[in-house]
Amino acid sequence: MPEPILEIENLSKIYAGGFKALDCVNLTINKGEIFALLGPNGAGKTTLIGAVCGLVRPTSGTIRAFGDDLAQGWRKARRKIGLVPQEIGVDMFDTVERQIAYSRGMFGSAPDKGRIEEVLRSLSLWDKRGEQVRTLSGGMKRRVLIAKALSHDPELLFLDEPTAGVDVELRRDMWRQIDILREQGVTIILTTHYIEEAEEMADRVGVIDKGRILLIDEKDAMMGRLGRTEASFTLAEPIFELPPGISSQTVGIQDGGRTITYRGGDGTGKGKQEVAELARKLIEAGIIFTALDQKESSLEDIFVGLVERSEAAA
Amino acid sequence: MINWRSALAIYKNELARFRRTMFGSVVGPVLTTSLYFIVFGAAIGGRMASIGGVNYGAFIVPGLLMLTLLSESTSNASFGIYMPKFTGAIYELLSAPVGVAETLLGFVGAAATKSLILASIILLTAKLFVNYEIAHPILALGYIILVAASFSLLGFILGIWADGFEKLQMIPLLVLTPLTFLGGTFYSITMLAEPWRSVALVNPIVYLVNGLRWTFYGQSDVNIWVSFGLTMTFLITCVTCIAVIFRTGWRLRT
Repeated sequence: MPEPILEIENLSKIYAGGFKALDCVNLTINKGEIFALLGPNGAGKTTLIGAVCGLVRPTSGTIRAFGDDLAQGWRKARRKIGLVPQEIGVDMFDTVERQIAYSRGMFGSAPDKGRIEEVLRSLSLWDKRGEQVRTLSGGMKRRVLIAKALSHDPELLFLDEPTAGVDVELRRDMWRQIDILREQGVTIILTTHYIEEAEEMADRVGVIDKGRILLIDEKDAMMGRLGRTEASFTLAEPIFELPPGISSQTVGIQDGGRTITYRGGDGTGKGKQEVAELARKLIEAGIIFTALDQKESSLEDIFVGLVERSEAAA
Repeated sequence: MINWRSALAIYKNELARFRRTMFGSVVGPVLTTSLYFIVFGAAIGGRMASIGGVNYGAFIVPGLLMLTLLSESTSNASFGIYMPKFTGAIYELLSAPVGVAETLLGFVGAAATKSLILASIILLTAKLFVNYEIAHPILALGYIILVAASFSLLGFILGIWADGFEKLQMIPLLVLTPLTFLGGTFYSITMLAEPWRSVALVNPIVYLVNGLRWTFYGQSDVNIWVSFGLTMTFLITCVTCIAVIFRTGWRLRT
């Protein structure tokens, strides 16, 4: 039975100018999961994180973390929450190690040099511990932010675009770090523009647009439900009708009869089997094809589709 | 329940920032005040008549000390909270389990500590140029702490209010320094003719300077209970303002 660690009910945020950043958001995050919140720019991802972490004052709604209503029990809850913000905001003239120790102390944890060393080593920052933050590269500065957020051993960690602007190697490093945190039982909520990141790591995915949650589901279930297989057969000779036994619901003729297309399946591999079956039937019918392109829809395709439908409906 | 570890972490972090800028933070105010002592105390002071039986050079010590306390406390505290706002590091403070008490103990406590360190250095420096004794040293220390804390609170409010470096300097430069110069730092307001004497009494800094001068020499142009009462009222008003700022999130939370 999943144990809720964060429960958000009817959360809305309307800024002074009247902009509705969050519109009756309901979301439950379970202990130990990695939840990816996807959405286009300005969708409300950062506002949602800000509302939970105390940076944004919600207009209405309730947020409960670790069973406590944050309006009252924020002190207790915030000790267990870590935040890696999107923007790099840190005292650039301080040293890396001192900044991490400062964060640990500010969140009410006792000084622990051993733990600070552990965090710094895990993020490959140990060698840089005595350097001023301003001397580090952009990617290393981002690691400092992660180290600061981990310094007090949070049980719930928010990563707001953690890999924005970092190179591929560093991104992979961070994914490994997130994997380690998952193994340690840390619950992680991440927002990202790299859908590959969500696909790689998330247990569940939520899609938000214009302050509204469009969909929340297990990643695999979402891929299964909304995923599709697309295939196109380039024919040696054009045909004008499908051979008998081939379903016109999933298969069509395009490009003046020179291409047979397939769009079907459910993201669980069923589509691939159907494409193989279609290929066999075409050969049996004596139809020669010279090329076959096949593509499984990604989480990105699903995300883009959802957002486009949402915008069309608005 | 105060989260003492958080308060201590902020306090130590602010002092660490002070240490990084130690040279400029200490040398600037000490040099400026030393120049005052050299010009008004040693050079001109010898030719000035004593005021209320106190040698002129010694007479200006409490006023100059107050000038440093007011400007340093205000600017230290305002920079302390403004810099995280400017760099974006404020997110950490807002997301941490810290409230008004921890924030004030950390930021204001550190700013007041820096002012007290500077005040001590300036008092020692003054000894090089003028001869003075402190009649009520415990009361003087208590009053200095009270003023440093009060104006650090004011600085904290200014730091939250400011949305640019210009605003940070505005109040210390355009309000506090002129009021301190006109607040009896270099003269006794009893030396002023009417109506300027009555006008001077509207200046709140007159009460601060005279309060401190009383602890030094046992004499004051105004009732010292009024000085103490005003300072306490100012401190309580600032704490109340900051509590309201934290409750409403003004200029801190969106």
